[in-house]
Amino acid sequence: MSRQSFSALALIRRGLSGHLGWQKQWRKAEPKAAYDAVIVGGGGHGLGAAYYLAKEHGLTNIAVLEKGWIGGGNTGRNTTIIRSNYLFNESAALYDHSVKMWETLSQELNYNVMFSPRGVMMLAHTVHDIQVFKRHVHANRCNGVDNEWLEPEQAKAFCPPLNIEDNIRYPVLGAALQRRGGTARHDAVAWGYARAADALGVDIIENCEVTGIKRDDGGAVRALETSRGLIRTRKVGVSAAGNTSVVLRLAGVRLPLESYPLQALVSEPIKPIFPCVVMSNTIHAYISQSDKGELVIGAGTDAYTSYTQRGALHINTHTLDAVCELFPNFRRMRMLRNWGGIVDVTPDRSPIIAKTQVPGLYVNCGWGTGGFKATPGSAHVFAWTIARDEPHPINAPFTIERFRDGYLIDEAAAAAVAH
Amino acid sequence: MLLIVCPYCGKRPEIEFSYGGQAHLARPVKPAELDDQAWTDFLYMRTNTKGVYAERWRHARGCGRFFNAVRDTTTDQFLAFYKTGERPPEYPK
Repeated sequence: MSRQSFSALALIRRGLSGHLGWQKQWRKAEPKAAYDAVIVGGGGHGLGAAYYLAKEHGLTNIAVLEKGWIGGGNTGRNTTIIRSNYLFNESAALYDHSVKMWETLSQELNYNVMFSPRGVMMLAHTVHDIQVFKRHVHANRCNGVDNEWLEPEQAKAFCPPLNIEDNIRYPVLGAALQRRGGTARHDAVAWGYARAADALGVDIIENCEVTGIKRDDGGAVRALETSRGLIRTRKVGVSAAGNTSVVLRLAGVRLPLESYPLQALVSEPIKPIFPCVVMSNTIHAYISQSDKGELVIGAGTDAYTSYTQRGALHINTHTLDAVCELFPNFRRMRMLRNWGGIVDVTPDRSPIIAKTQVPGLYVNCGWGTGGFKATPGSAHVFAWTIARDEPHPINAPFTIERFRDGYLIDEAAAAAVAH
Repeated sequence: MLLIVCPYCGKRPEIEFSYGGQAHLARPVKPAELDDQAWTDFLYMRTNTKGVYAERWRHARGCGRFFNAVRDTTTDQFLAFYKTGERPPEYPK
């Protein structure tokens, strides 16, 4: 189908004619009776997987089923931080694959995802932090991932609002900086993938909840029962974030996942003041400024498993305590909105992108609190896994069986985040 | 914030408690006889229930004791609290 291309010229032309005549970005597809492959979950990871299935693997008779609206789950609820400075080789390969794809994603999709590699700075507040971050810096460099150590004065030079006085409860003792990290516009990622996948013939079907997985005599996937009727297919890729264990249980597959609320909040918009992303894992503050001017602040997970997409206020105030101490000039700012998303957490805090024991059923889950950054890379290797029925070398270690076989990719213990 | 009823101390705010995950997971009586898959199930697999869920809490900043609760994970409403070792009491469905 012909698709309007976005360019500066097109923008000027439409602007002069009152912005009339823009096309809808994707069709409102009705479910067909059968597809070659179906992706369950219309977030960035699922839409991206559909796009790469169509573009790189020639599977165009495919659908994305979303029980709500696309990008309405964690894709629209995260704090948009992108980085790849993970400790272990497996993680560095996966996340850096993604960062490299972010760098050209707007061009790839002809859709401005507003990737802004403004630098992600992770603060150290304790001797342990210093040791761990320096270890990360060295490990990252061995893996070709940029990461550098900053002394407190250098950290303040990179982020002037930062308070590096030593009279606060957790003084800044240094920082690890990944300059290639940054942010992107999260909604645009979902919309860009949806538009690009749709242009390749992918059906994007919203308000369509999977209620059953039918299997043939050999146990392989045969069809999906949905709230909009039966859909026959031999390949199903589940990319349902916090609800993954609910969907996989329909096929009798158990996963080492627990779903927790993760909260975030934004302030009133202000003029540009905050030039980068700052994370403090030790005292749980994650902060950047959106192009609209809001401070985008990530809080921690709630203590208990839940599917409610909301959490307790004390989690947010805990994070705001830390933000106010690190950036005293934000103390009198007002917060506009807060919300929660449901994140699926694995025991080792690394994702699962793998085949399941059910033939034709694939799963991309377990991204926990940090899935947004991985969207393009994850979608890319998941599409590969679905199309070829075998993992891409990058996601080969991220199996379900690693928990049985003892090959954990233990980013939890690597203290990328204080849990 | 959740209001949690410790069976020993009564109703207290959530920040006095720490979470203990899925309840009624008994440690295998004969660990040496478990194969890898059975160990995996015990260590890592959880029901992650969307709905009524029995879970452990510990009154960490109170009496320090573990107890169990039944909560609906789609609403976060508690349906029952009971002591460790007891069966879940009847609760309104």
